[in-house]
Amino acid sequence: MVLPATQSVAADPTRSSGSTDAAAPLLEIRSVTKRFGATPVLSSISLDVAEGEFLTILGASGSGKTTLLRLVAGFEEPDAGEIRMAGQRLDGLPPYRRRVNTVFQHYALFPHLSVFENVAYGLRVQNVRRTEIPQRVTAALAMVKMSEYASRAPAQLSGGQQQRVALARALVNRPQLVLLDEPLSALDAGLRREMQVELKSLQREVGIAFLFVTHDQDEAMALSDRIALLRWGHLEQVATPREIYQRPATAYTAQFIGQTNLLRAEIRQGMARAGTLAWRCASSDGRATFSLRPESIHLGAPVGEKVAALGDDTTRFTARIRRQVFGGATDLVELACADGLTLLARIPSRGNLEGAWEFEFSGADGVRVQDEE
Amino acid sequence: MYSRTYKAAVAIPPLAWVTGFLLVPYALLFAYSFWQVEAQQVVHHWNLGNYRELFHNPMYLEVLFRSMKIAGAVTALALLLGYPLAYYLSFCSRKKELLYQLVIVPLWVSYLVRAYAWKTILGSDGVLNTLLQYVHVVHHPVESLLYSPFAVVLTLTHIYTPFAFLPIYASLEHIPRRLVEASEDLGATPARTFARVILPLSLPGVLAGATFAFVLSLGDFLAPLLLGGPSGIMISNVVVSLFGAAYNWPLGAAISLSMLVLVVVLLSIVQRAERKLSFG
Repeated sequence: MVLPATQSVAADPTRSSGSTDAAAPLLEIRSVTKRFGATPVLSSISLDVAEGEFLTILGASGSGKTTLLRLVAGFEEPDAGEIRMAGQRLDGLPPYRRRVNTVFQHYALFPHLSVFENVAYGLRVQNVRRTEIPQRVTAALAMVKMSEYASRAPAQLSGGQQQRVALARALVNRPQLVLLDEPLSALDAGLRREMQVELKSLQREVGIAFLFVTHDQDEAMALSDRIALLRWGHLEQVATPREIYQRPATAYTAQFIGQTNLLRAEIRQGMARAGTLAWRCASSDGRATFSLRPESIHLGAPVGEKVAALGDDTTRFTARIRRQVFGGATDLVELACADGLTLLARIPSRGNLEGAWEFEFSGADGVRVQDEE
Repeated sequence: MYSRTYKAAVAIPPLAWVTGFLLVPYALLFAYSFWQVEAQQVVHHWNLGNYRELFHNPMYLEVLFRSMKIAGAVTALALLLGYPLAYYLSFCSRKKELLYQLVIVPLWVSYLVRAYAWKTILGSDGVLNTLLQYVHVVHHPVESLLYSPFAVVLTLTHIYTPFAFLPIYASLEHIPRRLVEASEDLGATPARTFARVILPLSLPGVLAGATFAFVLSLGDFLAPLLLGGPSGIMISNVVVSLFGAAYNWPLGAAISLSMLVLVVVLLSIVQRAERKLSFG
């Protein structure tokens, strides 16, 4: 599963896979602003994509993620700011003069052309030598495991197969950057997971940078080198999946990526307090919001039982079990604390829990986040 | 499920209509075409004489040929006018609704009024000749404007262009815009996108529009009657006169049926082509 050796994109040293240390980023989005009429869609977005990087723009519907992609593709023009690729100005160029290819949300295969001709389309319209076309198309179809379907019409293919053809149609042109607009959203859950794995390994293999748009945070976590979280046209945070999960910068990020408990606390003399909960905190005095992941809360003993001595940093509290959702290896438990605070905890499954229990968490797991309040 | 009586009650009126106003007249026409006229009387003497006459008398073939030429010219012109208009409306215009209405509104005006309008424009003291003389392009009225195949083609083009426009417009509107974006994304200039994506996907509409324009103008008899003059006579005028003044219903029936067969064959070819051209 490689491109023909003589033309392999991966063989090009300037585009080697995962080279994030390159001096200049491949794609530079600088202070890009876009309005539709009076409605601001993107407000001064700045974002870089490195060579060979898999960067995901994650956001809820209406966040402007598709618009950002369309600005890079050339279907929309920014009202302000600039977009550069490999140092050259991209905005202002029509889509057909950008070395960028898009995988559309609903594939957008040409219904009047066979699978082979769909993939060959980009090569034909760009006057690639006729003798070169068959081998490149064949290689691209082999890459997405669609060789047997070359002579089929798109209407005869399943959603997953059309997805593969759309991918081959983009990759065959050896673009510097592939844009993917929620390409997996139309597939059912099982197939989607399967395609995620393939998409990721394919991207590694060809070493082409992917700019991927999705509203699905699990998908973003599974695929991306970095995630750019977009909210109402603003970039909320850009970081690796691990960092964005473990160190969310804002309350919104913490809630959007995975589940969390937001603790609005008062810090005084090295101690943070939210209701009856108190934990050590090095921050200066004042109000602050902390994100505490449900899996950071651990189950102690039923109330009344003696427990072993705790470490310095551990906070213990008592709460009633309000609800318990079985989730296989772990259960999600909704806790009602004495002061009316509700917390979510993810604990190893161990049958139904009832009544009041002791819970504990380490203050170090509470991540201070920016909050609008 | 529906009861038998209900089904019958629903089916009978349309069936009766089709039988009474379509099947029976066609059967009569069919029968007439094999009869003949003797001493101003239609005699039920079965023979192929009418068809022999039709295919051996050069006059009929000439008129038929001319009708097809006129219909062909009208079709070509209607497509040349209708396609760019439909393309503009569908892809470039911001005032789609308004322009669409402007195309449709003339269809509400009586055919006769529109045909007469051309008579006023093309006549020897008509609008066009007056203008040409006023600006000294010509010194005497151009007589050949009216009562010519030219006038017929012009009028029929005016009348049938909306019929060509509508299916083309519909097929263009049906082309998903993301296909156009995909094409440009893959490096195709707007011209190539048109040639490789838009045009092929609009062909079913073009075919339907061409069929409308051709079949409708082939069978037209008012425009040649009003504006054609002797040199602009079409096959329907011949049929009309055979059923009227000439009182030769059998020959008229034979010509009508031949035209019908011609059109049905044409339509079935077009239908097959259309099926081949349309995709999921």
